[in-house]
Amino acid sequence: MPELSIDGQPFRFAQGTTVAAALMSSGDRCSRTSVSGQRRAPLCGMGICQECRVSIDGLRRLACQTICRDGMRIETQP
Amino acid sequence: MTVNATTNEHVDLLIIGAGPAGMAAALAAAPRGLSIALLDDNPLPGGQIWRDGPNAQVPKQAQDMRGRLQGFSNIRLHSGCKVVALAGAKRLLLEDAERGWVLSYDSLILCTGARERLLPFPGWTLPGVTGAGGLQALIKGGLQVKDERIVIAGTGPLLLASSATAQKHGAEVVRVAEQASLSAVAGFAAGLWRWPNKAIQAITLASAAYRTSAHVLTALGTDRLEGVRIQVGDKIEELACERLACGFSLVPNVEIAQALGCTVRDQAVVVDEWQATRLPDHFAAGECTGFGGSELALVEGRIAGLVAVGERETARGLWAERLRWQGFADRLNTAFSLNPALKTLAAPETLVCRCEDVRYADLAGHGSWTGAKLATRCGMGACQGRICGTAAQTLFGWEPPLLRPPFSPARISTLACLDEGESV
Repeated sequence: MPELSIDGQPFRFAQGTTVAAALMSSGDRCSRTSVSGQRRAPLCGMGICQECRVSIDGLRRLACQTICRDGMRIETQP
Repeated sequence: MTVNATTNEHVDLLIIGAGPAGMAAALAAAPRGLSIALLDDNPLPGGQIWRDGPNAQVPKQAQDMRGRLQGFSNIRLHSGCKVVALAGAKRLLLEDAERGWVLSYDSLILCTGARERLLPFPGWTLPGVTGAGGLQALIKGGLQVKDERIVIAGTGPLLLASSATAQKHGAEVVRVAEQASLSAVAGFAAGLWRWPNKAIQAITLASAAYRTSAHVLTALGTDRLEGVRIQVGDKIEELACERLACGFSLVPNVEIAQALGCTVRDQAVVVDEWQATRLPDHFAAGECTGFGGSELALVEGRIAGLVAVGERETARGLWAERLRWQGFADRLNTAFSLNPALKTLAAPETLVCRCEDVRYADLAGHGSWTGAKLATRCGMGACQGRICGTAAQTLFGWEPPLLRPPFSPARISTLACLDEGESV
């Protein structure tokens, strides 16, 4: 099974899984911290709300519009 | 700044959006042999309704259309690609995961689809709360929901579709709260005999957890969703659950059309019988011209694709089919119109703008979107008001603003593809 890392923790995924689905199944299942300090998770699932923005291999991407690849490094916003 | 040759591309026909309308438009236009680019910001074609993934079963019609798209060497599919800005007449700045570039076109068909209307209520920012179509998309994309208790609330047939997807993947759907009244829903269902495949869909999606005249009041929990308080008729119920999926119908994505100068009325791109907007060589089809379902989107897409390549007579032959599905859309929009009570769900401290964390109380005193924005920063975050601007339109009746470029967050290297004088 292919594997990626979310904030340094290994995560195994089924082929075709979106990064949003991976985030929602790992760690505290969140993607970012809001400007007033609330933890947030993917919301719209279709590239509109931007709640799932994370760093993927150093680039800012939307988790819901990115498919998991073996060896990907995902960093959520603490 | 001069443009590097590799950052420019020209096509005869550009189609934005690879959902049912965009795919149908491309397939209708392709046999004439001109060069076509089909863009979509998702990683795979199909739009929201035909979204593929590890937990998705894409219908045969969609698979066939995807296969036929691949068979045309003159169609170039750009997945994971978004429109960043206008770059002059019939030129757009695009970005995908690897690069930014300017694409010029002779004709354009906008098939930008629709998004869910998300309305604020206490607790809606808690992790565990998603859109209703959002939950469906996330499940198709591999989210495991087995043995989770899920409440689905909002309005429209999408609630039942989302419920069916969740149940199929092992979730316990404890409540489906439809805000419309029983008489409205029953009247809608009773008229479905005119569209037999829709009647069959309605029967297969039926759920014992379904309640009409029901809407969410509060999402309960501290760090994460733990339960939901719901109004059902004149009673209030509290249900423990791991997820709440809320969607209050759909709103067309009109931002790019508006930026180009197309007329937008009642939140939808205005087109004539040829699917043409007021701009020459610019067409629109599918949900961005008004919510109507995939069948309407398909026939509108075919008409737009044919007209874009000059085949007006063939297009005219599809008008009757379009009219038939438009009838379904009209019934849908009447039956599931929003109960005004939904405008008063937010408490003073409820965040309306999730990007800038602006409270309802800070917005309520203003007279317009612009006034509220200048004073509070609402709509100035990463989503550029796509969520809170739509909510504010429903709550306060404020006209949403013209979107400013970049239309979505973009890399500096992408913006550098623009010519001098084409400042974003």
